[in-house]
Amino acid sequence: MQNTLPWLSMAIWLPILFGVLILGAGRDRNAGVVRAVALAGALLGLLVTLPLYSGFDAALAGLQFVEKAMWIERLNAHYHLGVDGLSVWFVILTAFITVIVVIAGWEVIESRVAQYYAAFLILSGLMIGVFAAADGLLFYIFFEATLIPMYIIIGVWGGPNRVYAAFKFFLYTLLGSLLMLVALVYLYYAAGGSFDLAAWHDVQIALPAQVLLFLAFFAAFSVKVPMWPVHTWLPDAHVEAPTGGSVVLAAIMLKLGAYGFLRFSLPITPDAAHELAWFIIAISLVAVVYVGFVALVQTDMKKLVAYSSIAHMGFVTLGLFVFNQIGVEGAIVQMISHGFVSGAMFLCIGVMYDRMHSRNIADYGGVVNTMPRFAAFMMLFAMANCGLPGTSGFVGEFYVILGAVKHDFWVGMAAATTLILGAAYSLWMYKRVIFGEVANEQVAELTDIGAREFLVLALLAGAVLWMGLYPKPFTDLMGASVADLLAHVGQSKIPAAQ
Amino acid sequence: MDKLNLLAAAPEIFLAVAALLILVADLFFGEARRSVSYALSLVALVGVAAICGVLLAQDTVAYAFDGLYVGDPMGNVLKMFAALAVGLVLVYGQGYARDRGIWHGELFVLALFVLLGVMVMISANNLLVIYLGLELQALALYALVAVRRDDARATEAAMKYFVLGALASGFLLYGMSMLYGAAGTLDINELARNIATGKVASRAALVLGTVFVVSGLAFKLGAVPFHMWLPDVYHGAPTPITVLIGSAPKLAVFAVAFRLLVEGLLPLAADWQPMLAALAIASLAVGNVTAIAQTNLKRMLAYSTIGQMGFMLLAMFSGVAGGSTMTVANAWSAAMFYVITYAITTLGAFGIVMLLARQGFEAEEIADLKGLNRRSPWYAFVMLLLMFSLAGIPPTVGFYAKLVVLQALLGGGMGGLGGSAAVWLAVIAVLFSLVAAFYYLRVVKVMYFDEPTDSRPIVAAPDMRVALSVNGISVLVLGIVPQYLLALCAQAMVRTLGG
Repeated sequence: MQNTLPWLSMAIWLPILFGVLILGAGRDRNAGVVRAVALAGALLGLLVTLPLYSGFDAALAGLQFVEKAMWIERLNAHYHLGVDGLSVWFVILTAFITVIVVIAGWEVIESRVAQYYAAFLILSGLMIGVFAAADGLLFYIFFEATLIPMYIIIGVWGGPNRVYAAFKFFLYTLLGSLLMLVALVYLYYAAGGSFDLAAWHDVQIALPAQVLLFLAFFAAFSVKVPMWPVHTWLPDAHVEAPTGGSVVLAAIMLKLGAYGFLRFSLPITPDAAHELAWFIIAISLVAVVYVGFVALVQTDMKKLVAYSSIAHMGFVTLGLFVFNQIGVEGAIVQMISHGFVSGAMFLCIGVMYDRMHSRNIADYGGVVNTMPRFAAFMMLFAMANCGLPGTSGFVGEFYVILGAVKHDFWVGMAAATTLILGAAYSLWMYKRVIFGEVANEQVAELTDIGAREFLVLALLAGAVLWMGLYPKPFTDLMGASVADLLAHVGQSKIPAAQ
Repeated sequence: MDKLNLLAAAPEIFLAVAALLILVADLFFGEARRSVSYALSLVALVGVAAICGVLLAQDTVAYAFDGLYVGDPMGNVLKMFAALAVGLVLVYGQGYARDRGIWHGELFVLALFVLLGVMVMISANNLLVIYLGLELQALALYALVAVRRDDARATEAAMKYFVLGALASGFLLYGMSMLYGAAGTLDINELARNIATGKVASRAALVLGTVFVVSGLAFKLGAVPFHMWLPDVYHGAPTPITVLIGSAPKLAVFAVAFRLLVEGLLPLAADWQPMLAALAIASLAVGNVTAIAQTNLKRMLAYSTIGQMGFMLLAMFSGVAGGSTMTVANAWSAAMFYVITYAITTLGAFGIVMLLARQGFEAEEIADLKGLNRRSPWYAFVMLLLMFSLAGIPPTVGFYAKLVVLQALLGGGMGGLGGSAAVWLAVIAVLFSLVAAFYYLRVVKVMYFDEPTDSRPIVAAPDMRVALSVNGISVLVLGIVPQYLLALCAQAMVRTLGG
C-alpha cells in the first residue's frame, strides 16, 4: 500500500471540509448554491472511497490503506487509520448514503438549508472516521463526536416532540460511551500505555476484568445498536427526526454499535464474550421475536420501521455471537443490507409524508391508484425488509440463520420466526397503505414521484437487487478478515497461571 | 546564586510598576480618554505574558528573595494563562462596564492587582508569601464585586464574599500556623525536608494543620461543602467580575494547592488523599445535580464550576500516596491541564453572556439565549462549542481534560484507598458527567431549537468580537490538536518536580 494517496483521510475530511465551507458561507438566500455544493461534496466523498474497493486486496486479513502518524505524544495516541474486510464496506456505504440523503433533502428542507447540509456532511465524515480508526482514542473521538450533529439534526428539523427525542438520544448514547471511556483508559494501561487497537488484541486480561470490560463495551454498543431492552430511544428519535436524519440513523449510526462489537468486544475480551454469549443471544432473540410483535401493532409507519430495525439489528448481534464464519459474515452482510433497506423504507415514508404530512397508517389506503411508480418501489423495499430471496435482505438473514443452526438448532429455529414476523408487519403495512380503495380525498390528489425521488429510490433499489442477486463481491472482501477475527476470538486471553 | 535574584520575579515587578503607572496616568486621561488606560492595561498584560514566556523558554527553576519566591516552569505557564484570562476579562467586559457606569480607572488597576496577587500566590515558596498573595488578590476582588455600589444584589454578594472569604483565609492561616508550630519553618521546601526526616514536634498538629489548609483551599476552589458563597457571588457580581473570579484565581488556587500539598506535604499524602477524595465526590454530586435546577445562566455556571472543580480534584489525589515522582507529575499535570482549559472555556461562556447584555438588560437567564442561532449563527456556534467542551464531548478540548484526569486516576492507583477504588471513582465521575451533559445540552437546546423572543441586533466592539471568536474556536482547535498544550503542562510539571 505504499505511495498511494491517503484515501481514508480524504474520505473523512472532504465531507467535513465541505460541511464547514457550507456552514461558513451558506445562507438561506443562496440555498440553491448550498445544495449544489453539498451534492458536490457528497459525490466527491463517494468518489474517494471507490479506490478503497478497487485497490482492496481480499486475500489480506489485516488493515489496508494504513495511515499512521504520532498525534498526542503524552498519551501515545496516533492518528492511525486503516480498513480491513470488516470495515471497508461501511466506509463506502456511509459515503453512498450521504449522497442519497443530500438528494433526498433537496426540495424538502427549506429553513436553515446550509446548517442542515453541513450537519449531514460533517456527520458523514465523522462516521467514516469511526469505521476507519485503528486507534482506540481516535475511534472514541469520532464515535462521540457523531452525537453533536445528530442532536442538532433531530432537534432543529425534527417533528413536534423533537426536543424530548433529541435529549433522549444524546443522553442514552452518552451513558454508554462514558462507561466505555473508562474501559478504554483501563486498556490503555493494560497494554502498557498504548491506544493501538492491534496491541489491545494481544493484551492478556484475567476473566473478571474481561467481564467488566465487556460490560462497559456492551453498555456503549448495545445502546447504539440498539438491543432490547435499551432500545426505547430509537423509536422516539426516528419518529421525530427529519427523513434524512432517520435514514442516516438507521442506515449507518446503528451500525456503529454493531461494528463496535466486532472491533472491541469480540477480539479484546474473547473469553468474556464466550462466557456471556448466551446472554447476548438471548436478548438478540427477544429483539427478533418480541420486538417483531411490537412492530406488528404500530399505527405509525415510522415507528413500525423503527421497531423492524431493532428486530433486524437483533439478527446482527445474534450472528456475531454464534462465533462461526457464516454467522459473522451474515451479520455484516445484514448490516450493509439493512443500511440500504431501512434507508429506503424511511425515504418511502418521507415521500408520502412530504405530500400528506401524516405518518399514520390509517390516513392512507389505495396509494397505488395515484402513485403507481412509487408503489412499485415500495413493494421491492417491503419485500427486502421481510427477506425475500433475490433481495439483499435474504442473504444476511439466511447466513445468520445457517450460523445459528450450526451453533444450536433451537436458536436458529427461534431466529427463523423473523421470516414470518417480518413478512407480517412489512406486508400488512404495505397492504393497508398502498392497496385497497382510495381512502380519502387527499390520497386521491397525490402526485406520483418526480425525477429526483425516482433517482434516489432507483439507486437504492439497484443496490438492494445487486446485493440480493450477486452478494459475492461483498462476502469476498470480508472473508479473510472474518476468518482472522474468529481465529483470534478462539484463543483465550486469560493469562496463564504460573 | 544571587540571593535577591530579581529576574525570577520580573513579571510581578513589571506588573506592579505598570499597575501603579496606570493608576496615576488614568487620573490625567480622565473620562474622555479612558480607552487609553484600557489599551495600556492590555499592553501591560501582554508584557507580563511575554516576560513569563521568556522565563518559560529558559526552562529553569530559580529562587528569589532568599528562597521566599520561586520561578519555575509550572508557575510561568500558569502566569501566562492568568494574564491572558485577565486580558480577556477586560476585553469582554468593556461594553458591559460602559453601559453600567463602572468603566473607571480603578477597574483596570484593581484587575491588575488581582493578577498580581494571583502571580504572587503562584510563585510563593513560603507560607506567609502565599497568604500575602491570597489577601492581595482577595481584597482587590472584594472591591471589584462591590464596584456597582448602588446595586443591592452586587453589594450583598460582596458582603458574602468578604465574610466567607475572610473565614477561608482564616482557615488557611490557622492551618499554616499549625504547620509552622509542628515543623518549625515557613519555607515550603524545608517543611517537606523536616517532615521527611522526622524533625517535627507533633505529627497530630501537622495533620490537624493539613485539615485546615485543605479546608481553606476547598473554600477558595468552591468545593463542597465549602461552596455556599460561590453561586451567590457568581450571580450577584457584575458579569465581568464573575468571570474574573472564575478564571485567574482558580489557576492560583491550583498552584497554591500544588505548593502546599505536593511540594510541602507530600509525605502526608496518605492523610490528605482521602480528604480530597471526599471533597471531589461531594462536589461532583452537589454541583452537577443542583445545576440542573437553575434557570439563571450565571448560577448554572456557578454550580457547574463546583462540579468541574470536583473533577479536577480527582486528578490531584491520584498517584500521590505510594507513587513515584512520575505518577505525581502525571496526575498534577492532568489537573493543571484541566484547570487551564476550564478557565479558557468559562471565559468564553461568560463572554457570550456579556455579548448579549446591554443597557438595563443582563441576559443572564438561560431563556435569554432563546433562538440565538436565528439571531447570530456564529455566536450560537461558539457557545455550542463552549458548552460541549464543558460537558466533555469530543472533539472539544474539554474532552481531553476529562480524559487525562481519568487517565491519571486509573494510572496512579489510589495508594491507601485500594486498587479497584480508582475504577469505581472513575465510574462515579463519568456518571456525574452524564448528569452535567444534561444541563449543558439544555443551553444548546435553547439556542438552537427554540424561536427567538428578542430580535434586536447584537452589538459589540470589534476587539471583543475577534477575541470571543478566537476563544470559541480555540476550544475546537485545542480539541483537534491537544498535544501541544498537553505537552506544555506535562513538561512544566516534570521540570518543576524534578528540577
